[in-house]
Formats: sequence, structure tokens, C-alpha cells
Amino acid sequence: MELGLVIEHYVLLATAIFTIGAIGFLMRRNVLVQLMSIELMLNSVNLTLVAFNRRHMAEMNGQMFAFFIIAVAAAEVAVGLAIVLQFYRLRSSVLSDEASSLRH
Amino acid sequence: MTPGSVLFAVCAAICLAGALLVVTAKNPIRGAMGLLTTIVGIAGLFLRLNAQFLAAMQILVYAGAVVILFVFVIMLLGPGAGTDVASPQRPRFSQMVAGAVVTVLGGLGLGLIYYGDEHPFALAPASHGSVAAVGGRIFNQGLVPFELATALLLVAVVGAIAVARGTPSGQRAKAKKQENPTLRMFAGPVNRPGAAGAARENT
Repeated sequence: MELGLVIEHYVLLATAIFTIGAIGFLMRRNVLVQLMSIELMLNSVNLTLVAFNRRHMAEMNGQMFAFFIIAVAAAEVAVGLAIVLQFYRLRSSVLSDEASSLRH
Repeated sequence: MTPGSVLFAVCAAICLAGALLVVTAKNPIRGAMGLLTTIVGIAGLFLRLNAQFLAAMQILVYAGAVVILFVFVIMLLGPGAGTDVASPQRPRFSQMVAGAVVTVLGGLGLGLIYYGDEHPFALAPASHGSVAAVGGRIFNQGLVPFELATALLLVAVVGAIAVARGTPSGQRAKAKKQENPTLRMFAGPVNRPGAAGAARENT
């Protein structure tokens, strides 16, 4: 069987990666690991976009979207990691449970 | 097995292994390496999908910038970066329920896709996904979003510097000495030690 010439293979793989990332975001409490899980989910969405673009090749909308998602993800990581640094200075911890100043 | 099939199988295995490493690694550095593995695998899949430009972007931006940023921050935090699994707390009930729901939904999606009809790709022209094709598309039809993306990146860099810089250590020590931090914002400038002198100097 020829692998990778059918869109279902890519969507299956992207679903698996997205699920792993979502579970990681929900179950881990380390903010760094949660940010990495967000990156996993963004990457899986990029994979589906490029795969669907391969099926609708006349316009390159899927690859354009993936390109902009990469740019936005880079911006998100820069700001997110700066916030993590500042949070660590404030609480000496990277556990997301510690971010409870706005509770009540 | 054609070379394309081998490429897909290898890259898919690399992606899944890296993703699992991100989620399960005790040490965040290992998690970052798992993220790097997944990113390289997805770049290989982009190549299989005739998206050469995006594969290069993926390696440049993700492997070259995002993962390095993660590694820098983990090293800056030192041993404090890994206190997640080592803490004795078990996952909470709400966390377990959320994880179970996501697992069930993901499994459902996997099953639906697996038992659906297959939709094969058409033969791609050689220019599909090349730098010239994607660049032409971006600069002919997507110029405004492209410029907005550059503005977003600039603002993000400025914001990251502003957030991460924080207060100098001497200033923070001075702020800690003041007796009640919640009352500080209501206190007039006269009540602050040293503020009257500073105000006089300014005038």
C-alpha cells in the first residue's frame, strides 16, 4: 500500500498529534511543557492545512495559512516565554497552579 | 514500498515519538528535544506533500528559533524548570476528566477518519509549493496580511523584551522594604520615604 498519497493518512497523523498535545496541555502543570504542547497542536493543524492544500492545488490558500500560522506561533512563543520568565521571578516556580493571584 | 512511502512512515513515526516525549518527559530539556523531533518529522511530511518552501520555513522558524528559545529559557530557569512530575501532587479529578474527554474525542476522530472513504491526491505540478509559487501568491494576493504579520512580529518582540526585562534587582529590593504593598497605591507621595526629596529634585 502506498503511504502518504491519500489525505486520510495525514489527517489521521495530525489527529493523533493534536490529541497528544491536548492531553499534555491538560495533564501537565509545568508551564513550559504546556507551551510545548500548544506548539504540538499548532504543528498538527499546519499539517492538515498543507495536506488539504495538496488536494486543492489551484490556489495556495492552505500553504499561505500555514505560513501565517508559523509567524503567529513564533510571536506567541516569544511573548509566552517572556511571561514564563517573569512568572518564575515572581513565584520561583513554573507550575501553572501557582498562578492564582486573580482567584476570588 | 516506494521511497515516498518510506519517507511518510519514518516521518510519521518520528512525529509520534517526539510528541509522546514532549508530554511524558520529566526533564523539560528532553521535552524540547521531543518538540524538535516532531518539527523535523513534520518538515519531512511537508516535503512529501510538495511543500518545499514550508518545509524550509518549518526548519528555520521552529527548529531554529522556537526550540532554541525554549532551550534558552529552560537553561535560564535552571533546576527550577523541571518541578512538575517531581512534585508529589497527583493529577486532579478535573484534569483526569478533561484528559479522558480529549482522549475519547481524539479516538472517535481517528476511528471516523480510518473507516471513511479514501481521497487520493492528484499528480502535482513540479512548481507546486516551490518558493516561487508560494512567494508569488503571498506577494500578489496576500501582501496586506504579510505586512500585518511583520507588524505583529515586531510588536511581539518589543512586548517580549518589555515583559521579560522586569524591574532591576535593586529597585525590587527597595519595593519589598515598603511595609504594605496593597496600600502603596493609595498612599500619597508624601508618605513614601524619599519621595518628597525626589519630588523636590524634579522641580
